[in-house]
Amino acid sequence: MNAPNATPEATLAVDTPPASRRRATLIVAALLALVAASFATLDLQLAAFLEPDAVGKMREFAGGFFPPEASPAFLAKLAWASLETLAMSALGTLIAMVVGLLLAILAARAPRTAGSALLRSGVRLLLNALRSIPELVWAALWVIAAGLGPFPGTLALAAHTVGVLGRLFADTLENLPAAPARALRDNGASESAVFLYATLPQATPQLMSYSLYRWENNIRAASILGVVGAGGLGQMLHFHLSLFQMREAASVIVAMLAIVAMVDALSHVARRRLTGS
Amino acid sequence: MNSAQATVRGSAAELRDPAWKTRVTLALLALVLLWPLLVASEFRPWHLLDAQSLSASGRFLASFVPPALGAEFLALVAQAAWTTVAIATAGLALAWLGAVPLTLLGTARLSQSAVGRPMRPLPALGRQAIRWLLIFLRSVPELVWALLFVRVVGLGPTAGVLAIALTYCGMLGKVYSEVLESTDPAASDALLRNGSPRLGAFLYGALPQASTELVSYTIFRWECAVRSSVIMGFVGGGGLGQQMDMSMKMLAGGEVATMLLVFMLLVALADRASRLLRDTLA
Repeated sequence: MNAPNATPEATLAVDTPPASRRRATLIVAALLALVAASFATLDLQLAAFLEPDAVGKMREFAGGFFPPEASPAFLAKLAWASLETLAMSALGTLIAMVVGLLLAILAARAPRTAGSALLRSGVRLLLNALRSIPELVWAALWVIAAGLGPFPGTLALAAHTVGVLGRLFADTLENLPAAPARALRDNGASESAVFLYATLPQATPQLMSYSLYRWENNIRAASILGVVGAGGLGQMLHFHLSLFQMREAASVIVAMLAIVAMVDALSHVARRRLTGS
Repeated sequence: MNSAQATVRGSAAELRDPAWKTRVTLALLALVLLWPLLVASEFRPWHLLDAQSLSASGRFLASFVPPALGAEFLALVAQAAWTTVAIATAGLALAWLGAVPLTLLGTARLSQSAVGRPMRPLPALGRQAIRWLLIFLRSVPELVWALLFVRVVGLGPTAGVLAIALTYCGMLGKVYSEVLESTDPAASDALLRNGSPRLGAFLYGALPQASTELVSYTIFRWECAVRSSVIMGFVGGGGLGQQMDMSMKMLAGGEVATMLLVFMLLVALADRASRLLRDTLA
């Protein structure tokens, strides 16, 4: 947060009115005060890292992770947890796509779609609320309602993603060219036929690309959701760390990194393929 | 529906969707693929609806209203909200302290050995090592760092601060380098060729062009750090998240409701503050 320190001089040096310069200086001072206040009130035990035996302790702690556990039985469990993570993310995204699309239809300001202005703003508010609660908080709530396991994790991903996708889908529906829908409607097609044969085909590429992007995000999120008991790799990591089984925990972390790296690589390839470069 | 439709209804066969075979096949295929997903994620929605869990979650949900508003509790929540902001700020400050030297060392634009010739193997290797370190720091999720640090330093804000410091050090270092690499090389090159030290080339060559972007990215990351510091509370990182976790475990719905509202307010405020700062400074 000290970065602004150097910048006002750099950006404002040329012909800057003194008032805005004074304001920038004030803001930088306020930011520095915020940083100082943060360190002052937090009671951080950072001094422990400067003690003479701290290096030895850290080395001992880090050494506990090696070698990562690799017995076949454990690897089988790990593979199942990875599969569970992937299934949670896929199913959560799928549910969110369906529910998000339904809510988006209600929230979109398209001509002659269902819903009055009041309903529309109500649905928008609901989408905002769903989106502003993070996946992990949703997971903690769903664990209370549905018990431990991957099911609450799936519901948590779905709840947050409905908020994100619903908003994006609604914006997509609003921005579609109106001509095809009008052509069908003027020829007497029913409202559902207009949606299925004009609106949906036009919107599908955009909806799919948003959904894939969210799926990518959700795989990452699903791998850690489990720390509150919502299944997958996260739950396994939490379990082994609670028992101080560091070698098992190391394997789980490696599996998490592998999944994320795999998703990154796949999405990189897919994006290059799709954009044709 | 209306008359236009009624007149063509007669030839229903001609109105049939020409692509229905592919559509039905694809739908069936999707259902077959869905089955293993449902099994692996133990998707049993009826468990939500059995009488016992329904009444338990019903009671929990009903206790959300009214939100807890006792003076003592509100003071506790305010304290926790400040801790959350302080964790994010302190963590980001530490991340910044780590990211700046790593950026100065790792940015190829500021290399003295690469002036007018390909970079020497040793500096190239060093830069690659820094890049790998940054990738490692940011690819371990901050929640996992927090879990690990809770084992080292115990429950409380120290674990949260360290987790944010490490993950965000990786993010800041990567983006700072990218921003500096994308500046016009003329100025820093001219300085380096004339024997300016690396720091001089950075301060007078690259930084003036990049400062706006660096500042606004740092402030944007602070906003993200506020959000993640709440989440890290759930594994014992202190602040609002930890309070929320405790209230959830005690099924105190009113307290959870208050804290959810405070959390939304906090995120909205951080968002507003960060936009204001970026407009003023950048």
